[in-house]
Amino acid sequence: MSALAGTGVGYGLARHAMSALARNRAAVVAAGLLGLIVVLVIVGPWLSPHSYYETDFDRILQPPTVEGGHLFGTDDLGRDLLVRTLTGGRISLLVGLVATAVSLVIGVAWGAVAGYLGGRADHVMMRIVDILYAMPFMFFVILLMVVFGRNILLIFVAIGAVNWLDMARIVRGQTLSLRQQEFVEAAEATGVSTPSILRRHIVPNLLGVVVVYATLTIPQVVLVESFLSFLGLGVQEPMASWGSLVQQGSRVMETAPWMLVFPGVFLALTLLCFNFLGDGLRDALDPRDRPR
Amino acid sequence: MTVLSVANLDVTFDTAEGPVEAVRDLRFRLGARETLGIVGESGSGKSQSVLAIMGLLAENGRVEGSVRLDDEEILNRPPAELNRIRGRRIAMVFQDPMTSLNPHVTVGRQLARVLMEHRGRSYRDALKEVEQMLDAVRLPAAHRRLSSYPHEFSGGMRQRVMIAGALLCRPEVLIADEPTTALDVTVQASILALLRELRDAFGTALILITHDLGVVAGNCDYVIVMQDGERREEGTTEQIFAHPRDPYTRKLLAAVPRLDERTPLRPRLATGDAPALLEVRDLTVRFPLPRQKRLARREYFRAVEEADLTLSPGETLGIVGESGCGKSSLARALLQLLPGSTGRVALLGRSLDGLGRREMRATRRDLQLVFQDPLGSLDPRMSIERIVAEPLTVHERGLTRAARRDRVVAMLERVGLGPETLSRYPHELSGGQCQRAGIARALITAPRLVICDEAVSALDVSVQAGILDLLLSLQQDMGLSMLFIAHDLAVVRRVSHRVMVMYLGRVVERNLAGEIYSRPRHPYTRALLDAVPVPDPAVEKARQAPAAARDLPVPWDPPTGCHYRTRCPWAVARCEAEPPALDAFGSGEVACHRAGELDLEFRGRTVSGRADR
Repeated sequence: MSALAGTGVGYGLARHAMSALARNRAAVVAAGLLGLIVVLVIVGPWLSPHSYYETDFDRILQPPTVEGGHLFGTDDLGRDLLVRTLTGGRISLLVGLVATAVSLVIGVAWGAVAGYLGGRADHVMMRIVDILYAMPFMFFVILLMVVFGRNILLIFVAIGAVNWLDMARIVRGQTLSLRQQEFVEAAEATGVSTPSILRRHIVPNLLGVVVVYATLTIPQVVLVESFLSFLGLGVQEPMASWGSLVQQGSRVMETAPWMLVFPGVFLALTLLCFNFLGDGLRDALDPRDRPR
Repeated sequence: MTVLSVANLDVTFDTAEGPVEAVRDLRFRLGARETLGIVGESGSGKSQSVLAIMGLLAENGRVEGSVRLDDEEILNRPPAELNRIRGRRIAMVFQDPMTSLNPHVTVGRQLARVLMEHRGRSYRDALKEVEQMLDAVRLPAAHRRLSSYPHEFSGGMRQRVMIAGALLCRPEVLIADEPTTALDVTVQASILALLRELRDAFGTALILITHDLGVVAGNCDYVIVMQDGERREEGTTEQIFAHPRDPYTRKLLAAVPRLDERTPLRPRLATGDAPALLEVRDLTVRFPLPRQKRLARREYFRAVEEADLTLSPGETLGIVGESGCGKSSLARALLQLLPGSTGRVALLGRSLDGLGRREMRATRRDLQLVFQDPLGSLDPRMSIERIVAEPLTVHERGLTRAARRDRVVAMLERVGLGPETLSRYPHELSGGQCQRAGIARALITAPRLVICDEAVSALDVSVQAGILDLLLSLQQDMGLSMLFIAHDLAVVRRVSHRVMVMYLGRVVERNLAGEIYSRPRHPYTRALLDAVPVPDPAVEKARQAPAAARDLPVPWDPPTGCHYRTRCPWAVARCEAEPPALDAFGSGEVACHRAGELDLEFRGRTVSGRADR
């Protein structure tokens, strides 16, 4: 065992993880693609001569051409689809990342505390989760919209507020089994305080599961956002997200397939990349995993 | 007649670092009613070689050579053919009886399926055969047990069920891979006796894989000693034990802690008038049992009943008993880690019960714990430096980073680990190294009392000896007191000044180590001593098979009166009526009504005609 072990020694967990991740080809490619997409989405709209809301009724539903000036073609109002796809990407990625971050922070904290304390505290905390689960999601969103008016921030809040419930449940389950481990008992026996045990022993050992679940949450959130947009509760015209673009494209699939294909490809590619990256991160974050 | 012959068996694993040879050139012949012992420490390739024979290697494993079952080559056959051989002609019993049975299927159905699969029996016929087999493995009330689920059995019972399952198809070869390692010594003795008996009754050839030379001595005809995948030595059991030729075999034999060894026992510690370090009075630990009915009164399971103990500075008290007897609960209650414990615990005259959280936390620097699982007790995501430094971050907050590191380096050196270990992670160390790191963590705050909870049970014998020596020398240097909890009496013998024996939550005997190993007063102590296998074939072969399977009763429903009476050959009516108190007797205390009249003297099990070794 120790003969095989000479490979990844000598740094903190983060550096160890990075070097392990660098050896995972699928994860590296996924991370590269994601980086490219993020750069495109941020920089692209500034460089384009078109804007996402400018209509041009002379060039309605133009197929993608290089010479026409519209690489991805135009939509049924003559807007440039390339710019709209990139702008939509800003919204989708932002919703995905922010809402996931919100659910991550609340969910991990809530689940770890409930699982570690156990007993009555666990009961109360998990019943609160159950009650929130029972609230119809759409009703909750509509309520928020009615009370606070329509706002992109509210979408973050609404999605984050629902998604942390799953995260809390998963984290609690993991914590319950971690709490039985001898190294946690060792920390208790030596007098480490409860917050320190959570921070030093429980949460780092949860990372693998949390990272994978988070990378699965991002695509899910992106899809939920597009569903909300479809119902008229998400982003509003002329603003766009990948979800709303795909939805528009699907209506004219036969006559103008490019309106579906381009945003669809971006959406699918991003989601796939997140999945590969998540898998890679999970393996990399576990120091027990030797590279294969 | 040869049943199984293995020649030139090589097992290789393809890993990222290139091929790793796990077994090289293994060869043996095995006849009916013969037992082959394969002995080795972890990583010796003993398990991989039988998995290779069974065609059960992991996917990256390759095997070459020849394995002939009744002159028919069975190595590298397609899975469909192997499935007809496995279970039917070669069967296997694994180490862990807890995980080898499906928890969702009744035992009867699980075993019957084997017969339906391999012998084409109907369910009804199969069940009948299963019942006969469960009878044969001495499962009490086999008929009723058919519809039980695995969790309703104790560990020893489950291993009996596993053996029954393996023997159902009357295989020609039975492979037992560490079949008793997870069991108590008392249960081990009866399981081994059962295996011997069934081997003779069914004419099976038996391969016994073990790390325990004591187990080999009594059960095997022929022994192969393996190290790092190679045969170091082989021969008849008598040859190996009487005239070991290979230095590794000799080292292995020397490392086995034995009850009959000549090393002197630790005498009573001269304490003078020093006040006791630790005083425990009436310590009781209760766990709530699930309610039978919704509003029924809550029942409690008493893991520890009114235990008293005193420990002097620098003294080691050994605590022994079978699993489920409350040893670990006692330790954790002492450390105030268990809710639901009552009684008085005082450290240096100061009571721990009334302490607030903060004060208790501060007191913990004097009370440390060393765990059983060397790897599991270290956080897999922390470097050894952070792990060992953790108690310092709690108890000596003022230390600078550099000073803390110096302390860690010094402590690691003291336990025999070099500074290069600082940045290692637990999985990169061997079991022994992990345990050394665990000891370093426990001792870095210079505690007064260290509780070792089965601290060497999970280690190989050669490593075990090193860790025990380390603990003893640390105790000398630092003036530590130790509570040494173990199920292995031979290990406890080496380290303890005094020994306390527990049974089902009660202390049944306590005495000086010198007394308890030669003149046990309680029948249970005597039974424990008798059950320890001795690495000497002559002694072991003379051992009488235990008459019937007497497993531990379930701890949450102990017998009335004396808890031990159901297994005690000397029990009388009074034992059922009233529980015996722990009374002073000679130099110690014993809780037995008949302590005065019984002579349980233990001279070490020897064979007539041979002098004491």
